[in-house]
Amino acid sequence: MRPVDNVVLHVADVHKSFAGLHALSDIDLSVKEGETHAIIGPNGAGKSTLLNVCIGRLAPDSGHVVFDGQNLTGRAPHEINQLGVVRVFQTPEIFPDLTLLENVMVPILAKRDGSFKLALFRRFSSETQVRKEAEEILSDLGLGQLMSSAAASLSRGDKRRLELAMGLAQHPRLLLLDEPTAGMARHDTNATIDLLKRIKERGMTKVIIEHDMHVVFSLADRISVLAGGRIICQGTPEEVKNDPRVKEAYLGEEQVG
Amino acid sequence: MITAHRQPSATADWILVVLFSAAVLTMPWWLAPFGANYPDLMQKFAIYGVFAIGFNILFGLTGYLSFGHAAFLGAGSYAAVWCFKLLSMNILPAIVASVCVAGVFAFLIGFISLRRSGIYFSILTLAFAQMSYNLAYSVLTPITNGETGLQLSLSDPRVVDAALGISTGRSLPSTTLFGIKMSGMPGFWFCAVVLIIAFFIALRITRSPFGMMLRAIKSNQTRMKYTGFNTRPYLIWAFVISGMYAGLAGGLLSVTDPLAGAERMQWTASGEVVLMTILGGAGTLIGPVLGASLIKYFENIFSAINTRDLNQMFDGLPEGLQDFAVSTVGLFVGDGWHLTLGLMFMIVVIFLPGGIMEGVRRIARLFKRDKTASAPVQAPAPSAGQG
Repeated sequence: MRPVDNVVLHVADVHKSFAGLHALSDIDLSVKEGETHAIIGPNGAGKSTLLNVCIGRLAPDSGHVVFDGQNLTGRAPHEINQLGVVRVFQTPEIFPDLTLLENVMVPILAKRDGSFKLALFRRFSSETQVRKEAEEILSDLGLGQLMSSAAASLSRGDKRRLELAMGLAQHPRLLLLDEPTAGMARHDTNATIDLLKRIKERGMTKVIIEHDMHVVFSLADRISVLAGGRIICQGTPEEVKNDPRVKEAYLGEEQVG
Repeated sequence: MITAHRQPSATADWILVVLFSAAVLTMPWWLAPFGANYPDLMQKFAIYGVFAIGFNILFGLTGYLSFGHAAFLGAGSYAAVWCFKLLSMNILPAIVASVCVAGVFAFLIGFISLRRSGIYFSILTLAFAQMSYNLAYSVLTPITNGETGLQLSLSDPRVVDAALGISTGRSLPSTTLFGIKMSGMPGFWFCAVVLIIAFFIALRITRSPFGMMLRAIKSNQTRMKYTGFNTRPYLIWAFVISGMYAGLAGGLLSVTDPLAGAERMQWTASGEVVLMTILGGAGTLIGPVLGASLIKYFENIFSAINTRDLNQMFDGLPEGLQDFAVSTVGLFVGDGWHLTLGLMFMIVVIFLPGGIMEGVRRIARLFKRDKTASAPVQAPAPSAGQG
């Protein structure tokens, strides 16, 4: 069952339907090590369903998702995370009551200590190594000034950036991003693109679901176009841009490119 | 800007422990003006303080509201009395037994109840506690002595004491700590020391990575799961630890008065610890102790005031006015003290949702602001929002 060389994520023959509606059918998708793979498609094409299948939030009706030779289907979310798959959500999932620093320290501890550790008499605040790491990541993402304020007080854009910081803190092997720039102002979007480009240089594999074509074409190495629960086209940005089926799927939606 | 609860330094924590210990150990003196410095009541302050501190580890840190913690209090009481009956009147084995029994019991109930969260979790714990209460009251009479309650008797074996040749003669023995009788003031000193140790452990738990994970679960459990944490063992441990605290409190109740009844497991007792914690301030360290003491104080002092006391109090007033005052105030004291408690609880929840400790924080902030206002030369600090 081991996939072809340097394919990190392999989605094989996945079907998923909700009450008779085929949300996903015949999905076959390979993501290579180090690439940025964008999944685009009109509303209701099944993009988020696909992502949810990948992280174990939804179980596929048939088929399976293989990450680095290990089957992800049927595993608990925390197990999938422990394998190195990190997801950043569309609506930021952070710890609103904790400080930014704590928000980032918690995922680092998860990476270091595993899914459960009872250390009743250590001090959280004396985890200096973890703290330093968290501080570096936060400064790197431009949140250094806000380190000790509560995450709930952040703007929406900053919350998404914080969640990204929490994901990056775990040094994931595969980062799944669900519309990382949705609802952001233009300059925030550009800042996020720059940030994601920088991560790319570190060689992290990424799967991005995105609406914004500007973002997709600035970042993606390869693109899969999803429409009506099927992948209708797969290739480099150039190939996708010129594919007549893609234009058809998006007709009346928005112009590609 | 919303300010976050910043983690105090280790030094600040040590100061807190020292101040707390000093406040607890000097209780017999500073409680005198309130008429509350008699051992029975001070023992209750300490014991219910332990109960509330433990409850807060579950409710304050994880946000899981258990409505069945009295079951563990009761289990601890029974375990301690059985220990007195079978082994020895020494309180140490009894305390250990009560903590262990409550811990095992909490694990069983927690294991099942924690399959659900929110209101369903609360209902499950309530159901288990009521089941325990009814079992203790009827079916389990051989163990709990049902309605009468479990008591010491002259025919108890007390094997360890017998082997050591400690005999009590013709009267019922009293609980001891290596020969020191645990009634009256010595009993209070023992409870006070246990309270301080319990407070210290709770503080360390709160400041530990484990405590932080519990706070993170309260803040966003979904995120915890997708961050790679298996939240279930964290919750079960939090539940077991707080159950052990309840068992410890139950054991202490038996130490100060060696009899245990089923009513300790009733839902009113479970509700009481919820009130204590919320009144004082859930999620704070001192709050639960304050809430517990306050409720026990009102229970003992207010419920003891009768019509004659009131007549004396309003003696100076004209005839009609005196009757009116006595009959109005009379509603809130004596048997009506629950009315006072209810009003107090309503006022706190409406105006200070964070409990008494929030009030304390607000006053502290007011003083800070006054200081900055009286120093107009200084420019306002840029990080004012983080204080």
